[in-house]
Amino acid sequence: MESDKNILLKEFAPQLNSTGPWGYAWISFLLAVICLGIVAFFFQVLRGHEVTGMRDNVVWGIYIVNFIFFMGISYAGALISGTLHLFRSSWRKPIIRMAEFITIISLLIGPCFILLCIGRLDKLPYLAIFGRIQSPITWDVIAISTDIFGCLIFLYLAILRDLATLRDDDIIKLSKWRKKLYKILALGYTGTPEQQLRLNRATDVMAAMIIAIAIIVYSVLAWIFSVTLQPGWHSTIFGPYFVIAAVYSGSAVLILSIWLFRKIYHLENYITKKHFVSVGVIMLVLAAFYGYFTFSDYLTKWYGSEKNDELLIRLLFNEYYWYFIISNYIGVLLPLIVVGIPKLRTITNITITSVVVIIALWLNRYLIVVPTLESPYLPIQDSRPEWLNYGATWIEWSLTAAGIAVFSLLFTLASKFIPIVPISGFHHDLEDKKEGISA
Amino acid sequence: MKEQSKNKSTRREFLKQGLVAGAGIAAGTGLISSLLDARTSESVEKVKVMTTDGQIREVDIAQLKLPRVSREESHYGIPGRKFVMVIDLAKCKNARKCVEACQKGHHLPKGQEFMKIYLLQDSDKTSPYWFPKPCFHCDNPLCVSVCPVGATYKRSDGIVLVDNERCIGCKFCMTGCPYSSRVFAWKHYPEFDEDKEPYSPEAGSPGKEGTVSKCDFCPDLIRVGKVPYCVSACPMGVIYFGDIDEDTVTNGTDTFQFSQLIKDRAGYRYLENLGTRPCVYYLPPVDRQYDVSLGFGDLNEEIKNRYNETPYVKKHKP
Repeated sequence: MESDKNILLKEFAPQLNSTGPWGYAWISFLLAVICLGIVAFFFQVLRGHEVTGMRDNVVWGIYIVNFIFFMGISYAGALISGTLHLFRSSWRKPIIRMAEFITIISLLIGPCFILLCIGRLDKLPYLAIFGRIQSPITWDVIAISTDIFGCLIFLYLAILRDLATLRDDDIIKLSKWRKKLYKILALGYTGTPEQQLRLNRATDVMAAMIIAIAIIVYSVLAWIFSVTLQPGWHSTIFGPYFVIAAVYSGSAVLILSIWLFRKIYHLENYITKKHFVSVGVIMLVLAAFYGYFTFSDYLTKWYGSEKNDELLIRLLFNEYYWYFIISNYIGVLLPLIVVGIPKLRTITNITITSVVVIIALWLNRYLIVVPTLESPYLPIQDSRPEWLNYGATWIEWSLTAAGIAVFSLLFTLASKFIPIVPISGFHHDLEDKKEGISA
Repeated sequence: MKEQSKNKSTRREFLKQGLVAGAGIAAGTGLISSLLDARTSESVEKVKVMTTDGQIREVDIAQLKLPRVSREESHYGIPGRKFVMVIDLAKCKNARKCVEACQKGHHLPKGQEFMKIYLLQDSDKTSPYWFPKPCFHCDNPLCVSVCPVGATYKRSDGIVLVDNERCIGCKFCMTGCPYSSRVFAWKHYPEFDEDKEPYSPEAGSPGKEGTVSKCDFCPDLIRVGKVPYCVSACPMGVIYFGDIDEDTVTNGTDTFQFSQLIKDRAGYRYLENLGTRPCVYYLPPVDRQYDVSLGFGDLNEEIKNRYNETPYVKKHKP
């Protein structure tokens, strides 16, 4: 058993203790994108929100879209890792760490986007000082902070064994400060039966908790929209719809990250087609649910044809035709076809599908936010084109790119600090190990 | 009880006598000389005021410095009042004087309007009409419910105000309002600097970058016995303002019993079905004195273009 662990450690040593030229190039590129975002942010702060494409009608733009998107993949990570953990799915081990990383990293980035929408960041503490419980934004603040807290604990419990392994290791040559850090973070875990029992119990409890929290948080996020009277938002289905869409987008991001890390860190022995198909099947089921919810929502709006619903539907099928087709047709049908038909189920196909799904789901959020705000009860009567139609400016795109860059950077750095595939997961449970490696 | 009814009748007097009475009260408190400001600007409305030496002078309303209550005080309504507005769509010809007076009174930049005038047409076969739209000061205001920090509030006199010192600029109220009544300061506009007085939510000025503002029913004017800027500025007397408990509304010239006016003219509230219970009533555009096309008469190009997408303009395009 000990030797298994050592073999694994040796195999993972390159990703943990060295960074190649490509690695540095990648990190520098990400830092450059982040710098662009910082420049854009200063522009926005100094010149006011006028530099964005947002105006009095479309008061929320792609910042909110990104917020929903990142929160979505985060909750998905929580739900997927929590569920896989609780069901003891034997194939979960090599990919569960990635799901956990996705959860926590996107959870840290998501709320930053909502902050970009806030007109007066200097008054942000008022949310705590003068917070009113009647406001869904207050619900959101409470829910998201609970979620961040819960997910951090869950992630910490999940990596504790590996932290202890890295502390005790003498195979990989790690720098002194890292050893020291691992020692502190490992909290004196040595793997005694009692410690194991406690750790397992705590992880189970947290896994169950974050599933519940994730559902609540994403529903609360949906209610920010559906408690208003806006025609496209005032829908009872929004809570569950958002939860499903979130998990769906998260499963796609998980597939993409599995593919990337498998390629970059040469994990072909650990992550196999089986994993792609398994997560692919989860994605397929979610695609069906997502399609069903989308259909119900728009069918009822279209069939009744209330004046403002009709205007919205008309807008969606004209000005936003391709957005709508990609997000609500291709985004639903593609996974059903690719994963549904065994012949098409290849690693490449599933990965391409997941990229399409990610784009489709981002567009789905765009279609929820922007067209609704462009078709208020009182028609927008204005001579300024930017007042009539929303279009994101370079400021907003730069900050969006920066958000993705921060996500990638943190993911990269996290994988340098903690093995992207749980080491102790394999040596801990012989049965699981065999499953994981030989599958 | 007696005291109260006496008070009530005095208040009614105020409304009836309108502007002069308001200025008289101000003079009684010896504030007039301080109310006069040295600034001169194009006149929108003249009011008669009494100076400290007893002379009656006509001054521009923009020159009057109105007493401003503190942010704290602005949370409480004017005791015993419940304000209401009635807009007579039959008389509106889109003269835009209400908008101009409001913009000036609140030191608003061009394009950031508390009062907006829409050209509405309910369906193909129905007649188009001009639709001035202030904030409806709803009795069930969604904007107030959703505000996370209590920056917007409903007062006992029915007015919904925004405190831009408290507002964090999340714009949730703007998506909450189904009437698009709220505006956002997307940058610091030079007009904000025109107002040198300390900020008061009742004055809705000076504006502040990154915060939300909206029509406030001009409680600073009401406090000195005047009607809001839009009411006194309208040449057609379209907008009536008053107190629903006193059952009186006035446009500065004519005074009506509110309930009778609503009954006789079939007054209604816009989008009643949304359940927001607005405090602004509309009188339907029947027996109109002006054709809708007259509303395009003196408009500049920019404003004319606002209505380009309306069915009416599209139909009549040469």
